[in-house]
Amino acid sequence: MNVVVTKHTLLPAEPEWPHEGGFHILEHLSEPTHRNLEPVGPHYLAHARRKRHHRTFSEDDRIVAAQQAKNVEDADPGEISEPEDAMLLSRDPKDWKNQDHYAVLGISKYRWKATDEQIKRAHRKKVLKHHPDKKAAAGGVDDDNFFKCIQKAMEILTDPVKRRQYDSVDESADVDPPSRKAKGNIYKLWNPVFDSEGRFSKKKPVPRFGDDKSTKANVEEFYNFWYNFDSWRTFEYLDEDVPDDNENRDQKRHVERKNKAARAKRKTEDTARLRKIVDDALAMDVRLQKFRKEERLQKDAKKIAREAEEKRLVEEAKKKAEEDARRKEEEEAAMKASKADAKKAKEAAKNAAKKNKRVLRKGAEDANYFHSDGAAPPDVVANVLADVELLITKLDNEELDVVAKKLAGLKVSDEIKSVLVDGIRGSVGKGSAAEGDFKVLLK
Amino acid sequence: MSDSEEPQQKTVIGIAFGNSNSSIAFTSPDGKAEVIANEEGDRQIPSALSYVGDEEYHGAQAKSHLIRNPKNTIAYFRDFLGKSFADIDPTNAHSSAHPIQHETGVAFLVEEKTDAEPSTLTVSEITTRHIKRLQESASDFLGKKIDGCVITVPTDFSEAQRRLLAEASKASGLEVLQVIQEPVASLLAYTAREETSHPADKTVLVLDIGGTRTDAAVIASRGGMFTLLATQHDYELGGRQFDDALVDHFSKEFIKKHKTDPRENERSLAKLRLECEATKKTLSLSTSAQISIESLAGGFDFHSTVNRLRFDLLSKKLVDQIVGLVESVVKKAGMDLSDINEVILAGGSSHTPKIASRIQQLFPSTTAVQAPATNPNALNPSELSARGAAIQASLIAEFEAEDIEQSTHPAVTVTPHLAKPIGVVIHSPEGDEGKAEDKVYVFLDAETAVPARRTATFVGTNVGGDVLIRVVEAKKESVDVTPPKEVKEKAADEDDEDDDDDDEEEEEEKVIKRVTEVEKVIAEALLKDVKKGQKVEVMLNVAGDLTLTITARVVGGKGGIRGTVPGRAQ
Repeated sequence: MNVVVTKHTLLPAEPEWPHEGGFHILEHLSEPTHRNLEPVGPHYLAHARRKRHHRTFSEDDRIVAAQQAKNVEDADPGEISEPEDAMLLSRDPKDWKNQDHYAVLGISKYRWKATDEQIKRAHRKKVLKHHPDKKAAAGGVDDDNFFKCIQKAMEILTDPVKRRQYDSVDESADVDPPSRKAKGNIYKLWNPVFDSEGRFSKKKPVPRFGDDKSTKANVEEFYNFWYNFDSWRTFEYLDEDVPDDNENRDQKRHVERKNKAARAKRKTEDTARLRKIVDDALAMDVRLQKFRKEERLQKDAKKIAREAEEKRLVEEAKKKAEEDARRKEEEEAAMKASKADAKKAKEAAKNAAKKNKRVLRKGAEDANYFHSDGAAPPDVVANVLADVELLITKLDNEELDVVAKKLAGLKVSDEIKSVLVDGIRGSVGKGSAAEGDFKVLLK
Repeated sequence: MSDSEEPQQKTVIGIAFGNSNSSIAFTSPDGKAEVIANEEGDRQIPSALSYVGDEEYHGAQAKSHLIRNPKNTIAYFRDFLGKSFADIDPTNAHSSAHPIQHETGVAFLVEEKTDAEPSTLTVSEITTRHIKRLQESASDFLGKKIDGCVITVPTDFSEAQRRLLAEASKASGLEVLQVIQEPVASLLAYTAREETSHPADKTVLVLDIGGTRTDAAVIASRGGMFTLLATQHDYELGGRQFDDALVDHFSKEFIKKHKTDPRENERSLAKLRLECEATKKTLSLSTSAQISIESLAGGFDFHSTVNRLRFDLLSKKLVDQIVGLVESVVKKAGMDLSDINEVILAGGSSHTPKIASRIQQLFPSTTAVQAPATNPNALNPSELSARGAAIQASLIAEFEAEDIEQSTHPAVTVTPHLAKPIGVVIHSPEGDEGKAEDKVYVFLDAETAVPARRTATFVGTNVGGDVLIRVVEAKKESVDVTPPKEVKEKAADEDDEDDDDDDEEEEEEKVIKRVTEVEKVIAEALLKDVKKGQKVEVMLNVAGDLTLTITARVVGGKGGIRGTVPGRAQ
């Protein structure tokens, strides 16, 4: 809040203060005029905020201040810094190549995962603790070796190129792959290995080894990625120091060549090493076997289904053939039976016909061949018999049967004759015989 | 104080949409308003559109077409926005496309395309196209899409006109966050420049001398909040009239030489007017200027020079008019000229040195006149509105539309303002000796919006003992002070430092001082046992219902006294 400092002097009080207490009201303020404030400017916006939220000056001040304070708090989250052991403290700063920079800064559990911000803050913490001036002030020896180590670590870890070179050879961050004979959960064994190897990948994100729920596509992608791994790993950090004196140029070039060769060799070795790791993982990966088995099962299932289908078809065909044969046999048997019946009937009919013929002939004979008296002359007998024979031939079995029945029991020759004539007439009426064929019976 | 510290995601600009010229400004990440130059490098972009062939020209290019292609060049259209044909004054548009009657108000008939029929463009349509071009310039300059803007308009723009303007802008694809008043924007541009987060209370006169009109406004600035007290307009007084003074001058010279009046030919007149405008601008910077026009009239070239003194003489009448306008607006606000603490000159014509010096003469020397001619640190008067708009835009950029709507609602803006100054009686010499001295130290000046609070420290007492804090309503009185007498400071600006006041103004024979006198005692408080030289801090807090709370304590001491005068309503 703004306080204006004036040089004015206040009124001295009358010696007698006629009122009670230290405060006395005489009048009210004059009536205000209502006017439009211009809705412009930061102070107006503050006014609008107070008015809209019904805050007083001090409330608003407090709320705004609280908001600002919160902003500051957000910028300072919790810290992490590991204490250093005696070995680390007694390091020789000249031997910086073999120094674990992350451990020096107290962030060895983060290593390559440490953000720039974390490195910066860790460095600040270490500096505050190990600054040589502080040690000297605390009465310690004037030893700034560890401080130099800290500065070197900071130099390397804040330079992206140098940090990559260091990370490339930072074996503390490596996770050793399990041996081929290792037993146990392969996902627990392999995931950390590939997570750590993945830090060298130029391509991000790096697919994880996964677990037993990974799909076939995931697993295939994983091996595809790792067999085509694109690594930024370099081995410059392990270079031998190149002599920088100008005198021996040949020596310098020699060292440079050697370094280059060494780098290439290490890189090849690293590629081979990674390849072997992936091969091992592949060999141990039960998921692949599982997938293969599943595939085979799938194939087998298909085959079985197909065979079952075929078998079913064959059986059906067989059944059908049997059925057909059986039906044919039955039909044949039936036919045979009916044929035998027919033959019997035929024979019966033949016998009946023979009997009927005999009845007819007997009838004629009984009637004395229709000769009125005495024995009938042979010619008459011959003619009558011929007519009867003709009638018999002209009549079929049934008519013969009818005629024979009519004749049965008849003794009178006229009656016999009329029956025979009726038979002839019927036969003639049917058109099977002509009247002229009969010699005597129709006369 | 507000949310201005938040990171700005939205790109917002301020647009000063003038009748003659427009300008665009943005607020840089460090909070400074900067005016954007368009593709041609102009910071003052003429509000003109010209159609030649199938091309649309904008700004300075369009303005130059006033000579060759006046019928298809639209200029001075802003003041026609939202008005009926009967209400407009077409004088300014005489030398450009003429306004015609249209069912929506005013329109222009121009040949937009080579072979097509002339098309009728309404003022809204023209405004949309103009703002679209401004927006393109801004987004080209900033390399970002513009999300919103704040536009300034004169105080006499009606609610309907503001709405139309916002709609026209929206049609061009630019959301208008807020429409604000030009004089307030100018004042904001100056207020935002001050380092302190607690701007001093002052009464400001904003004089905006534009191309075609002049507007004056008296604004009370209290604790950084602004209240318009009075406005006055002159629609026939502006840069154009100054141009015409030069046009007449040079025409006479030309007639003398060539017996031809260039004013009789439209094209010659347009040429001459354009050149005179340039000459006038040169005269604001140097004491003499040249004019040279090829083939002005009758095939004759014209070359001449004019010096500033001549121009001042030619424009004396116009400056007198401006002075008259200033006096009338102060009177309208019910104030005395000496109550004005600061004069802000805005608008392109404010570059003219004579105007600034006349205004400075008009007011007492304690009144600061913000113009390039009187104050080398003054902002460019042409850019004030745009800067103010840009600052406002940056303040409300992150607000939701609903938030802006609520904050600008009359329920929030209409506020009770104190009728009388409230202060504390201070020790002053008795009788004649103290005649020209303030009797009251003013905490809260008249026209302060409540709720408000102010705190000040005093020297408790020179002898030691009890101290009386007498809270009063004050009034201002004019006191005649004769020159030999040592002059003390007048009262109006209670927050100004007293040091630089004593050694000024002794040139005139009769000096009128404004001093504060007690009008009405509100309350008294007794602060006991104050030792000699101890400081006393007094805080006055007026709540929204005019409840006055007085708190007094000895700085560094314990306890103190506190009293409340309830508002009249209770």
